[in-house]
Amino acid sequence: MTDLLTPRAIGQSLVRRDGVDKVRGTATYAFETDVEHPAYCHPVQATIALGRVTAMDTAAAEALDGVLAVLTPFNAERLASTEDAEYAVLQSTEVAFRGQLIGLVVAETSELAREVADGITVTYAEQPHDSELRTDHPGLYAPEQVNAGHPTDTAEGDVDAAMAAAEVTVDHTYETQMLHNNPIEPHATTALWEDGSLTLWDSTQGVHPDRAAVCEVFGLDEERVRVVCPYVGGGFGSKGNPHANVMLVTMAARALPGRPVKLALTRQQMFFLTGYRTPTIQRMQLGADRRGRLSAIAIDVVEQTSKIKEFAEQTGVPARMMYASPNRRTTHRLAPLDVPIPSWMRAPGECPGMFGPEVAMDELAEALGMDPVQLRIANEPDVDPDTGKPWSSRHLVECLREGAQRFGWDSRGPGRRREGDWLVGHGMASSVYPTMRQATSTASIRFSGGRYVAEIGAADLGTGAWTVLPQIAADALGVDVADVDVAIGDTRYPTASVAGGSSGTNTWGSAIVQAAREFRGKYGTDPQDGDEASGDVDQAAMDDAHAAYAFGAQFAEARVNADTGEIRVPRLIGVFAAGRIINPRTARSQLIGGMTMGLSMALHEDSVFDTRIGQVANHDLADYHITVNADVGEIEAHWLDEHDPYVNVMGAKGIGEIGITGTAAAVVNAVHHATGVRVRSLPVTLDKVLAGLD
Amino acid sequence: MKPFAYARPADVAEAVRDVAAEPNAVFLAGGTNLVDHLKLGVARPDLVVDVRTLTSADVSDLPDGGLRLGAASTNSEVAADRRVRERYPVLAQALLAGATGQLRNTATTGGNPLQRTRCVYFADVTTPCNKREPGSGCSAVGGYTRYHAVLGTTAALPDPTAPETCIATHPSDMAVALAALDAQVQVLGPAGERTIPFTELHRLPGDDPSRDTVLEHGELITAIDLPPLPAGTRSAYRKVRDRASYAYALVSVAAVLPPGGDVRIALGSVAHRPWRATRAEELLRGAELTDHSVRAAMDAELAGAQPQPGLGGGNGFKIPLVNRTVVATLRALTSEASA
Repeated sequence: MTDLLTPRAIGQSLVRRDGVDKVRGTATYAFETDVEHPAYCHPVQATIALGRVTAMDTAAAEALDGVLAVLTPFNAERLASTEDAEYAVLQSTEVAFRGQLIGLVVAETSELAREVADGITVTYAEQPHDSELRTDHPGLYAPEQVNAGHPTDTAEGDVDAAMAAAEVTVDHTYETQMLHNNPIEPHATTALWEDGSLTLWDSTQGVHPDRAAVCEVFGLDEERVRVVCPYVGGGFGSKGNPHANVMLVTMAARALPGRPVKLALTRQQMFFLTGYRTPTIQRMQLGADRRGRLSAIAIDVVEQTSKIKEFAEQTGVPARMMYASPNRRTTHRLAPLDVPIPSWMRAPGECPGMFGPEVAMDELAEALGMDPVQLRIANEPDVDPDTGKPWSSRHLVECLREGAQRFGWDSRGPGRRREGDWLVGHGMASSVYPTMRQATSTASIRFSGGRYVAEIGAADLGTGAWTVLPQIAADALGVDVADVDVAIGDTRYPTASVAGGSSGTNTWGSAIVQAAREFRGKYGTDPQDGDEASGDVDQAAMDDAHAAYAFGAQFAEARVNADTGEIRVPRLIGVFAAGRIINPRTARSQLIGGMTMGLSMALHEDSVFDTRIGQVANHDLADYHITVNADVGEIEAHWLDEHDPYVNVMGAKGIGEIGITGTAAAVVNAVHHATGVRVRSLPVTLDKVLAGLD
Repeated sequence: MKPFAYARPADVAEAVRDVAAEPNAVFLAGGTNLVDHLKLGVARPDLVVDVRTLTSADVSDLPDGGLRLGAASTNSEVAADRRVRERYPVLAQALLAGATGQLRNTATTGGNPLQRTRCVYFADVTTPCNKREPGSGCSAVGGYTRYHAVLGTTAALPDPTAPETCIATHPSDMAVALAALDAQVQVLGPAGERTIPFTELHRLPGDDPSRDTVLEHGELITAIDLPPLPAGTRSAYRKVRDRASYAYALVSVAAVLPPGGDVRIALGSVAHRPWRATRAEELLRGAELTDHSVRAAMDAELAGAQPQPGLGGGNGFKIPLVNRTVVATLRALTSEASA
């Protein structure tokens, strides 16, 4: 148990410190870095899904005026490490997926680089590929573990026997679609190799992890590499670790010493190269008695990975801890395919993993004739069913009740309500996200010119780190927040962990508090100019005795046009219990942002994979639909005043990801309530409900 | 982007001469579609002739009571014009259902009907496409067909390797309204001026899917004329799409209903061209417009429709969807008329 910081600056709804610069367009993003006389890169991508490059005709390209370099597998430098197949760019002629990087043109202008890259003739020896996810895939295997170190399978009791004995059962298969992160700022880098040192101005969720990966691949000393990233135009996980483009632009910089080079992937290229959320197929089984007490919960997940680099989304993990049941089973199986490499996307695991289970709960409530809110309350576990540990705090029931009250859930009838041309329905689902803290981060605090400066290599993805870290520092130092500056986004500052797993504020904030305590311990309350102290995340003080999660409940109103099946969601309300909220303004933005992204997953986003050729067919933003303003009506995020003394000294749980969990299920459940049509595969589009309309 | 020459001639006659003289030349107006295609390598002209300022940007009254839309008038200007909103609401609604505010401020009357299909394979130069590269085949057949044609295609499952195969749709909302309004297209070409009925501007793929329209090389749209409508005519445009804004139609319907007259119906996003539902119009001539009569007429219109199988279930849903959308659109128009 920790004595939490007394909140003074914490809890204030301060405006974003970087807001004005961003609105004015003066905040400098990676590609815009002002360097002298830059050269521009454009990649060459494989147009087969499996095989080998046998030849690349680059002679004409290399002879062109303005072309500075043409890199291919036949002439590229040999990397120090090729252990990570994603990063082993241009190291072999093998092609493992369509769109893989097989070359790069560097030229005086971006237009020329693109034209030359597109004009290079490539000859292939093509092999038949396999890019279709299916539950009967012969290569399905159980990975050693799934992401975040979770066991692949878990089992307790006897699910089959419990299902056979249960008074009411649900046994259905649910599917979540392939999704691409699509931050508005593409993956972009400005790179300079000079005098044996490398500088990368890179759009990344972590300058230090980014540097570590590049140093490993190129065999460089970290002292000689600097990564700078003050601002990120969104990442949603896709900038959580570098992708192959960072290695490619580094290679270009090394080929042209002294000349800055720039590479920004196009939107289309991002659909091949920067990760995506694997599609999942979830067989869900629930067994219950007539009162709605669960006797069995099982989820068997089939999802995909690329053959060359394993990525095992932890989809089944939330079903392990969400509700109480004596008999439980979770499994994960991966289909290894000739496809681009899946990666992190907002709430990996929990986001897809709260779809099948939360729709299945709705189906169970329907079968029982029970209110879906009451069904969840009836299965509230006293301790974490997965580990047996007590909760650090768990206020799901309170979120459900407050959400129901705010939404007007009690007015919900049996369904099939019609208003004019629209069928109206209400649906809900629970939300959850684990509370995490990374093992390493260091912050320093310096007193300079009468102000305190906290330095840490943290990243602000647009989430608000520039604004909330000073609030934490101010309360830790016991000073006014206006007297605190932070410096982030540069490897010149102390090591910081990645902005991922909703752990950024928890981790960096813990380091800042530690540094502040060191500072006060050393210098007291009347420091001299230049006094400085640093502190690390205190792992020893990390609570391991409790299961720590943020919880929430989301309520959606769906309207389905009785003629056309068009689906609109005019109302979405979320109530969350996520520990102490550092800054209500930026927190609300995170929560409604997550909910909007969940709505987008529910209704719109869909990477339609063309298995004939091994690529996403709709690989641009005209065809890959992301929810727009016109699709969002009233959207509200509320939170409970939750006190959790176990998670960290701020009492904060992390809010970047929970908003997206459960949303899609709430929407699907509302569409069912409106129409009687149960859609079990995402997204819910009008063609899936049309046949069920009168 | 392939380098190209850029010309800004003094007048339309010179522009037409410039394009006619260079086989690989194109006109540039608003550029909202062409510039994308230049970047993607879908369009690879040697000469781009800018006509943005050469034709009229005005909406003007015609002696017969109709309206003339200058080719350079923007989609925003036309949609906001009071005469258009009052007399041709179907057109204003169609324009506002298209694209985004920014695009509509740039896209022009002459350019909008000439935009190219949004077939994802057309836009991807690494995949075969008969429209982009004649004879290379059609990647859409059996692929991502959600936005593709169900009318005017040759077979249930056309041969993807045949050079004539194309199941693309025309993406313009404006064009569907203009087809229902029986607009007339004013054209200047190397051989002089001519007028083309709007319903005859666009082609079915036939044996040459690379050609979207009947315009010959060097022919330039200078204006589009809207014929007068009897007083009391009602019209509406209904677009059904996957999200509420900035999405192409899954299907769309333009309907024009003169008082006591015969309804005119055009369908969007179901064929290679805006589709006048002439069979349905014929069956509804003189008939009372009820859900039942309209549904039956549309059943007849769609009798030859060919659902395209494909990824995610194909596009068979479009056939009932367009029928239901026509029924709903006419229901709203007739109840508006009786109200």
